[in-house]
Amino acid sequence: MEELILDLKKQLIEALNLEDITPEEIDTNAPLFGDGLGLDSIDALEIILILEKYYGIKIDDPKAGAQIFYSVKTIADFVVANRK
Amino acid sequence: MSDQVMISGWCKINNSRILVNDKLVFESPESLDFSEFSKAAFKALEQPYLKFYKMDNLSKLGFLCAEHLLKHNPIDGKYIPEEIGIILSNAESCIDTDIEHQKTITDANNYFPSPSIFVYTLPNIVIGEISIKHKFQGENTFFIFEQFQPDFMTGYIQGLFDGGQLKACIAGWVDLSPNAKNYNAVFFLAEKSGGSEVQFTSENLKNIYNQ
Amino acid sequence: MKVYITGDNVISSLGFNTEENMDNLFKGITGIHKIDRGYLSPEPIPAALVDSGKLEAVFSNIASPTLFTRLEQMMILSVKQAAESSGMDLQHPRSLLIVSTTKGNVELLEKDKKTNFPQERVYLWGLAKLIKDYFKLYHTPLVVSNACISGLLAIEVGARLIQSGQYDQVAVVGGDILTPFVVSGFQSFKSLSPEPCKPYDANRDGLSLGEACATIILSSQMQNIDNRAVVVAGGASSNDANHISGPSRTGDGLFIAIKNALSAASLAIDQIDFICAHGTATPYNDDMESKAVNLAGMQEVPLNSLKGYIGHTLGAAGTIESIVSVRSLLKHKLIKTLGFNTLGVAEKIKIISETKECELNNCLKVASGFGGCNAAVIFSVV
Repeated sequence: MEELILDLKKQLIEALNLEDITPEEIDTNAPLFGDGLGLDSIDALEIILILEKYYGIKIDDPKAGAQIFYSVKTIADFVVANRK
Repeated sequence: MSDQVMISGWCKINNSRILVNDKLVFESPESLDFSEFSKAAFKALEQPYLKFYKMDNLSKLGFLCAEHLLKHNPIDGKYIPEEIGIILSNAESCIDTDIEHQKTITDANNYFPSPSIFVYTLPNIVIGEISIKHKFQGENTFFIFEQFQPDFMTGYIQGLFDGGQLKACIAGWVDLSPNAKNYNAVFFLAEKSGGSEVQFTSENLKNIYNQ
Repeated sequence: MKVYITGDNVISSLGFNTEENMDNLFKGITGIHKIDRGYLSPEPIPAALVDSGKLEAVFSNIASPTLFTRLEQMMILSVKQAAESSGMDLQHPRSLLIVSTTKGNVELLEKDKKTNFPQERVYLWGLAKLIKDYFKLYHTPLVVSNACISGLLAIEVGARLIQSGQYDQVAVVGGDILTPFVVSGFQSFKSLSPEPCKPYDANRDGLSLGEACATIILSSQMQNIDNRAVVVAGGASSNDANHISGPSRTGDGLFIAIKNALSAASLAIDQIDFICAHGTATPYNDDMESKAVNLAGMQEVPLNSLKGYIGHTLGAAGTIESIVSVRSLLKHKLIKTLGFNTLGVAEKIKIISETKECELNNCLKVASGFGGCNAAVIFSVV
């Protein structure tokens, strides 16, 4: 789980162009959207792409993502439950 | 109502240099590629704006040009949002990002089109980025020309001022080749009441562009 | 000075001339069909395609198809037909062509198509140059590339140029083809519906893509007009200044364009007989439009979207949908919003759900696009 969480943070930093942020600086349990990292609707779609590309999980409805993408932890839990 | 539109200021970015109103405001070693140059030029503005890092190269170029232009020629509070327009142009559209997007779909076994790349495969997105930062909501259009067309730009924009559609306009050229190998942005701030003595004429645009 | 509409042509999934397209639209026939997985998309999707075989056959009558890309063939045929039917002299020094397209010949970026044509044809100015050379135009065509509002914005630009006194006639050609480039992009946004789109409907779930090319001829002179003349009464563009891909949550940007178009046309909202809106059938676009229409106080004005017939045709959308709206005015006939069943947008608007005759004099056409851009143009019978 620890390794998955670290991988996810690195993938988020790369895919979302999070400049000058290290994996250590991303709070695993903090909300990703809203204030925090200031993620938006395109970022949500990019997270869907990360899940597809690295973990083989397909999400067709972007609205379903809202719950899953609450924090790095919730994403990690989802990956563990659904990865191919 | 046919007062001559004036140039309140201009900004030029190419070859690792940024000039505003003919004054050098930023320079980086020519050995830096556009990615490094643009990051340094952005940091020189000393204004945090995380969205910058999500932009493609063309939008970064246009954003930087508008930011440096407006930093030295501020128009905050002078007009309401719908009175400020943006009319831009270039030759290569968004070819740099087009090629990036095409790469993501070339290999059927590694087929992962990315929304954050695709959204920038339209040249007018740079207008959107500038609009968002400054809440400019007036007339806006992106034209494609083989070369900068000062005749057309001045005629068309003077018309928008004369008709009462605009009171201020960022106008110009923002071009970037594949891999951002070459980049050139020249933006003019056009106003009727800026207190400037430089007229927004084709001749003046041409001279500043070619300097 | 008035800007008259003196000619048009439409090439789309519904036919190769305006009459054929209008006939199918009035009959409620859609050009959207499920296409199998293959070149365009790794999975089946509904799309409205121009018949390639027919295009090649028709184009062969005037030039060799191997020397022109698919988009160029469509644009040349469309401009030729529209100009001929209107009597416009394309080569005159006071004539101008405006090309509207979002991606031009982007297919030439594909590995195996790269060397089919000179590299400059990938560039939109190269596409414009080719068309200039074909028709031996006096002026280099203007190119407007401004996302999905391009086709409507180009009409606003053309009208302004005629009113400036610089040109007597302006032909506006809007066109885009469907390519893996475009389809994959919309798939990455998860914005394509698995079924033909349902504009403004409670169950809408995305757009349907289409390809098309349309030409509209604008003139300072009333010519080639049988009985009633239609003019471009006014137009405007605006920006949401909110997000580069998500529509504004308030609709204020589109409202600004509508307000300014009405002002330019010197018309009040109760003089507008119908609105031909953008209606892409994505959840957010249609909501945004309902808010903008309410901000403008036009929630009782009959409103339609044509996307259920021809799909979202990108750079052609504004042009082709304007032509259809002008023809609706001339025929006093409203076209229903195909795909619509039950209203499901944020604020109440009046959807045209039945194709029927109706006295019509003024139409408001709107469009919105990526980059937060909006355009509004009013067409009026004079």
